[in-house]
Amino acid sequence: MKPENQAASPGFFTSKLNDMVGWARKYSLFQYPFVTACCGMEYMSVACAHYDIDRFGAGLPRFSPRQSDVLMVVGTISHKLAPVLKQIYDQMCDPKWVVAFGVCTCTGGFYDNYATVMGIDTIIPVDVYIPGCPPRPENVLDGLMKLQEKIQRQPA
Amino acid sequence: MILEKIKEKFLDDVYETFEFRGDLVAVVNKDIVRELAQYLKTDPVLDFNILMDLTAVDYLWQERKPRFDVVYHLYSLSQNHRVRIKAGVDEKDLTIDSLVSIWPVADWFEREVWDMFGIKFKGHPNLKRILMYEEFKGHPLRKDYPYNKRQPLVGPQN
Repeated sequence: MKPENQAASPGFFTSKLNDMVGWARKYSLFQYPFVTACCGMEYMSVACAHYDIDRFGAGLPRFSPRQSDVLMVVGTISHKLAPVLKQIYDQMCDPKWVVAFGVCTCTGGFYDNYATVMGIDTIIPVDVYIPGCPPRPENVLDGLMKLQEKIQRQPA
Repeated sequence: MILEKIKEKFLDDVYETFEFRGDLVAVVNKDIVRELAQYLKTDPVLDFNILMDLTAVDYLWQERKPRFDVVYHLYSLSQNHRVRIKAGVDEKDLTIDSLVSIWPVADWFEREVWDMFGIKFKGHPNLKRILMYEEFKGHPLRKDYPYNKRQPLVGPQN
C-alpha cells in the first residue's frame, strides 16, 4: 500500500471489527452436544454447577444443529453412526466449530475393530481435540478456552 | 434332575450332558431345539419361562466339527433353576430353528446371532441385521473376519 493512502485505508477499522466480532463470538457459544457414550457423564459434569461451563459463555446447549455454533462430539462414533454425524455437521450454519471430546473421537481410542471410526477427523474437520478417557472437567474447560483463543484470532 | 428329564425325553438326540462349575449343560442335536424348547417351557416341573441369553460361539481355531455352537441360557422363575443348551451348527448347513414363537425375546437375540455369525434361523419373522448397517458385508464376530477390516459408509475407505 502506498504511504499517501494509508490514512484513508480501512485497515484500522477492520482489524478492530475482527477483534470485536471474535470477542462476541467466543463468549456466546451455542453448543450442540452429540453425546454417544461414557464421555457424556463428564460432559454433564462440566455443564452443571460444579464446573459450570456458563462461566465461559458456553452454557446454552441447543438441540438443533441449525441453532448452534460448536459441535461437541462426545463419545465413540461407530461406522453406522458416521453418516448421521456428517449430516449434523452439514446442517450447521457458518461460522461453526467442532470439538472432539475424548480419545475415541480423537483417534478411536482403545477401539481397533470393525465397528469404530478411527477419529472423527476422517469425516469432518476438527478444531480442538480434548484427550482423556474420559477427560477431566478441567481438561474440557482448557480445551474450550483454546477454542475461544482460536475463535478470537479468526477473521470475521 | 433337569438333565435326566431331558435325556429321558430326547434319548439319542442329547449328545452329552455335564455340569460345569455349577451350571448344567446339555449338548443336543440342532434339529430338536424347537421341540426341546417347547418341552422345557411347558413341562410344569421344569417350567423354563425365561430365555436369558441366546448367543453363538465360533470354534474355527479349534478346527472342531461342527464349527459353531448356538448356546441357549434358560431360567425358571418359579423353580429358580437354570440350564444351558448347546446345539452345534456346521458351515455346510448354517440353519437352526427359530424360537421366536416360544420365547418372543429370541427375536432380537437371533437377529444378533445372524448379524455377527451368519447363522440363519428358520421361521424367524424378520431376520435382518440388528447391530451393523445393511451395507455391511460379512459377519464380524466370525474368527476369519479380519480384525482390522473396516467398511466405512463415509470418509476414506480403509
